[in-house]
Amino acid sequence: MSLGVAGARHTQALLGSIGRLARNPFATAMTFLVIGLALALPLALDLFVTNAQAATGGFADAVDMSVYFKTDVPLAKAQQLATDARQRSEVAEVKLIPADKALDEFRTYSGFGTALEALKENPLPHVLHVRPKAESSSAAALESLRNYFTAWPEVDIVQIDSEWVMRFNAILEVLRRLLVIAAALLGAGVLAVIGNTIRLEILNRKEEIEVTKLVGGSNSFVRRPFLYTGVLYGLGGAVLGWLIVEGTVAILGQPVATLAQLYGSRYSLQGPTGDDILIVLGAGVVLGWLGAWISAHRHLRRIEPRA
Amino acid sequence: MITFDRVSKRYPNGREALSNVSFNIDTGEMVFLTGRSGAGKSTVLKHIALLERPSRGTVLVNGKNTNTLRSRHIPAFRRGIGVVFQDHKLLGDRPVYDNVALPLVVAATGLKEIDKRVRAALDQVGLLGKERMLPFELSVGEQQRVGIARAIISKPPILIADEPTGNLDPDLALEVMRLFRRFGDVGVTVVVATHDLHIVREFGVREIVLDNGQVQGGAADFLPSVVATR
Repeated sequence: MSLGVAGARHTQALLGSIGRLARNPFATAMTFLVIGLALALPLALDLFVTNAQAATGGFADAVDMSVYFKTDVPLAKAQQLATDARQRSEVAEVKLIPADKALDEFRTYSGFGTALEALKENPLPHVLHVRPKAESSSAAALESLRNYFTAWPEVDIVQIDSEWVMRFNAILEVLRRLLVIAAALLGAGVLAVIGNTIRLEILNRKEEIEVTKLVGGSNSFVRRPFLYTGVLYGLGGAVLGWLIVEGTVAILGQPVATLAQLYGSRYSLQGPTGDDILIVLGAGVVLGWLGAWISAHRHLRRIEPRA
Repeated sequence: MITFDRVSKRYPNGREALSNVSFNIDTGEMVFLTGRSGAGKSTVLKHIALLERPSRGTVLVNGKNTNTLRSRHIPAFRRGIGVVFQDHKLLGDRPVYDNVALPLVVAATGLKEIDKRVRAALDQVGLLGKERMLPFELSVGEQQRVGIARAIISKPPILIADEPTGNLDPDLALEVMRLFRRFGDVGVTVVVATHDLHIVREFGVREIVLDNGQVQGGAADFLPSVVATR
């Protein structure tokens, strides 16, 4: 068989499959929808994890440390120590909050203003807010930084706000595992849907298959249009799934941006990347081909011509 | 070209459709297969087209033993045999052209070659100009001739036909049989199963008579030497 003839055969099988899908638009749309939903779900979950990570990235990676001085430490000393802390290589930023300013803020925002007036002196200490560099945020690096501050005689306590970060990262890890399981199960579902659809189509075209085999059509010749149909189902479903996710992102975009703004962030919802889209389309094609192949392999050999 | 050596066929339900059938058909020979309904005519044809394999005995077609032929070689084997059915077995949703072209399409023939040969085949059966019609738009006789065009288009060395004139009026039946004999004249081995004794007498070619799954009269004469020496 020459290459041109082979190409023409494949084109013919492909066009035939497209034509058959187009002749049953409702059934085809239903199959696309089922496959699309099955592929959209893992993609949406993946986006959720990615977005959750990106949205919290600013404080999830860099762990804040609060250094409380003893109340009798004068401001000048605290300022000098803050300057010392800024020299350290693992420190990204140090912010000194003087006791007076802390009290002002507390008075303004806490609602205890009048109660505070009764106090003779400021009960609050000076505080350093230390943000380590991203690369020095490991548990060991944080521990050594904490030891550095604790060693100062002027320091009362050092607090690392890392517990919630670890919890949050653990939740994301659980979600990531869930994503893998969901993708595997839904992929198997797509295989089953396509396999069953192809099986019905094979039964519908039993007579044609018999005649084709009778005049010498090989198994691969008979199988070819069904493989194309499976690939088209997978691809169509994947495109629909992608559009579903894009639509969801578009609908959620505005409210999420508003929510982020209320938290003082300029974060906006991220849609699927080019890689994400390629993976979903590729998964659709591969699952479609595989589902059709399994089904055709099982059912076509049982159809033999009878005179 | 076609050899049956002590062929028996027993179906799972216990019915013995053929018992100890032996005959030989030479290359280019035209043979009528006759007998009452249920005598085994169709079963013999099914064994030639490899739609069935014998329970016992050997069937040789075009030098191939159907018992030992691997399933991946069956498509190529069937391309060497043109089959005409009583009920045509045409694809109702495809025009005449596509039906006739099917044996060439499965054999991966080029489009130009297909076009040429479809027209030639339709010309031979007198249906040129009806390429775009659907089978149900044709008369029964025309449908039968579409089936014949499909059977001959790949120029197979063997042509078999099961009651090809069953639905035709006598004139048309005679016409179809003459068509078959023309193929015989150019070297095609033709086997026609029929119960139309009138036509058989008219043509005067060899007749293999089946009765109750057995060949009647002088069957042993046909036992061929090729089989004896295998």
